[in-house]
Amino acid sequence: MTAELVRGQNHPLPQTRLEIRVSAGTPIVAGATLGDEQGRVRGAEQVAHPGAPSLPGLEVSRQAAADHRLAVDLEALGEGVHRVNVLLALPLGTPGPSRFAAVAAPFVAVTGLDGTEIASYTITGLGAESAVVALELYRRQGAWKIRAIGQGYAGGLADMLADQGLPEAGQLATAIQDAIALGVSRSVAAPPPRTSDDARVRAAGPGASGGPAPADAQPPVTPPQQAVGDGGPINYAHPRRQTSTPPPPAPVAPPAAPGEPAQPVAGDATGWSMDERLYNQVWGMFEDLARAVAAYRSAVDFADSRMEQEIDRALSDPRGRMGPAGDQAREQARAKREELVARAREALDRDLGQLTAESEVVEPALPPAYARWDNPVWHAYRVPMELPMALRIGDLQLPEQPELRIPMLVRLPLERGLWIDSGRGGSEAAAFMDSDQVKGLAVDTAVAIAARLLAVYPAHEFAVHVIDPAGSAAARLAPLTRAGVLAAPPAAGAAGVAEVLARLIERVDLVQMAVRAGAGADALPPGMDTAEQLLIVNDFPHGFDDRALNQLRYLADEGPSVGVHLLMVADREEASEYGPVLQPLWRSLLRLTPVPDDHLADPWVGHPWTYEPPLTPPGSRILEQVLGQVGEARAAWPR
Amino acid sequence: MTVNLSKGQAISLEKQGGGTLTAVRMGLGWQAAPRRGLFGKRTQEIDLDASAVLFADKQPVDVVFFRHLSSDDGSVRHTGDNLVGGAGQGGDDESILVDLSRVPVHIDQIVFTVNSFTGQTFQEVQNAFCRLVDETNGQELARYTLDGGGQYTAQIMAKVHRVGAGWQMTAIGNPANGRTFQDLMPAILPHL
Repeated sequence: MTAELVRGQNHPLPQTRLEIRVSAGTPIVAGATLGDEQGRVRGAEQVAHPGAPSLPGLEVSRQAAADHRLAVDLEALGEGVHRVNVLLALPLGTPGPSRFAAVAAPFVAVTGLDGTEIASYTITGLGAESAVVALELYRRQGAWKIRAIGQGYAGGLADMLADQGLPEAGQLATAIQDAIALGVSRSVAAPPPRTSDDARVRAAGPGASGGPAPADAQPPVTPPQQAVGDGGPINYAHPRRQTSTPPPPAPVAPPAAPGEPAQPVAGDATGWSMDERLYNQVWGMFEDLARAVAAYRSAVDFADSRMEQEIDRALSDPRGRMGPAGDQAREQARAKREELVARAREALDRDLGQLTAESEVVEPALPPAYARWDNPVWHAYRVPMELPMALRIGDLQLPEQPELRIPMLVRLPLERGLWIDSGRGGSEAAAFMDSDQVKGLAVDTAVAIAARLLAVYPAHEFAVHVIDPAGSAAARLAPLTRAGVLAAPPAAGAAGVAEVLARLIERVDLVQMAVRAGAGADALPPGMDTAEQLLIVNDFPHGFDDRALNQLRYLADEGPSVGVHLLMVADREEASEYGPVLQPLWRSLLRLTPVPDDHLADPWVGHPWTYEPPLTPPGSRILEQVLGQVGEARAAWPR
Repeated sequence: MTVNLSKGQAISLEKQGGGTLTAVRMGLGWQAAPRRGLFGKRTQEIDLDASAVLFADKQPVDVVFFRHLSSDDGSVRHTGDNLVGGAGQGGDDESILVDLSRVPVHIDQIVFTVNSFTGQTFQEVQNAFCRLVDETNGQELARYTLDGGGQYTAQIMAKVHRVGAGWQMTAIGNPANGRTFQDLMPAILPHL
């Protein structure tokens, strides 16, 4: 029988191996602290949190999540441990709520390993608190009991840990929040669930809002009011609903043969343009693959655990342990596992087959912005007049079917800067290469991404700056420098770094001022470049002094909202002397690797996906060709 | 044709014209509490929640409820939480869609439950029902009425389970107490 506890109530625990389940409406962090007889926590090593998830007898989740299962084995805890506090905290520094009053009351249940619930507690009445001690497990005369606590702390983890007597509470609280934010920043941003109004406006084409590229630099205009003020004709159109013509119909799939899945067709997802349809289709394939593999993995896990249980059971029977009956039981358990795995594989193969067929028709139909470099569409490349919805910055795949690659699309204009990790410790494959090789590939990746950005923006609407303080990447940057598509030659030396940063900061400040004043692009000084700006920084932190470092952090924080983006090529190790001040910078950037590595999580199930950078095939001149065309277009069409 | 299920009754999900069902929807509807006089704020809203628990060999593997709207494999989806109920005219206020053809092979039972999150017992809830609909054509396959209720806050409604290559639905209709599906686990296990 479950005991529903109220605050302060205690309850005996019949067993020592427990599971503590936590559910809350939003992602929260779960952790635990181990205290002595007085309830004091002796040091940071007595705290289990996402940065240090395992302690003897205790394991917590690495990530913030809406549901947690904490495994506890009270017998495996150290001798001196008399109390276990189960704590919950909101992940700060993320867009989510920062006080428990804004989320549904968290629910905590203590269960046995078989799932039978021993006690549960709903933590109600929280207000401004951002951290709370949910439960306490404590030793009383040799037996363990549980008590519902529900003590919240408005000062967050730092106050809570200090209250438990931890000397370095503040530092540890910061470390925990960093670990959480790292977990959050690892995942691929979820796609917009429905196309928003503004995406439809963009897809409605020219004449809607004067081209989307400078849209970020301009405050939203309100035509009806202006029209009235001018005494001109009144515009009755809804200011934000400017779609005029219905979209062209979607391509129709040929009728499927009976008993067969429908033939896949490129662009049969919803959307107001082919661009948007393909974008939604790619995201649909991404989600389907994630879920199909989740079903398969879950079935295999289940089959494995059932087999283990059955073999354990056979072994625990002393009569059957040695004789033929035991062997037979083991054999049977194995056969049952094989049978279930085979059926799961069959279902997975059916799904993979369907997705592969879809991928085979979708890939050739993709426009340059969504296509790999080896797609022939790049040979027919023309400088576009309009910005596409998104850009492919690499491929994603899962080990179950490495040949099935999902385009990794990011929305344009970029919402987040990029960081290409040039460190050897950054990924498994890089660890086997020498560091110059990894650094070189990292610059190649940066050049490939910058070239793709330059190619999909209309001429003059995207400018690229390069900081290469020691000039070490000059040869690999040649495709950019030779085509004449850079705003200026790569900046070298400390003076060069300072100059480029100062220019971009001035731009951020001017645009911000114009936006704040509610003025349009007219308020900007004449001759100012309204293009989106990308700053590639190689060899960071080489050539950066403290002032330049602060300027870079300012650009990372303020730039994206006014169209100034960062593309860092850096090894975090080399910047380690700056300590934690750079943590927010790394976290704000989307980390990519120059060699395939599984570090990106999907937003639905959280599988680790292997990212492959968008490098050109060996021997291909396509990147130079495309950049050459971009350069010619700039020269031919003066702004 | 709708079957009004009684407790413990099982119906096969074979289609009338042969072939098995591929997608079903479990719909839940109830009537919102009437407003009490002038002070609209003080009406006690009734929040019923529908959940689906996926079992493999009697072990819970995944659950779909208002905090986890889609099973990891994507075969079972909750269309979203309704906190107050509807007109009680037979429309669904919460639905859970099950794509039977995509349910992972090891999942052999899916149990549907209803909980009163706000704590009212089913005595206070009017016109509550749950029904199973063939999602491909909108036809109602089975309906189960919740009222005539008693002093309990949850009900284990029904389960769909594998029989041979197809699926079967069994009405359970077992009262229980609890706020969310977690509280019901001990009560669900005997029905597997």
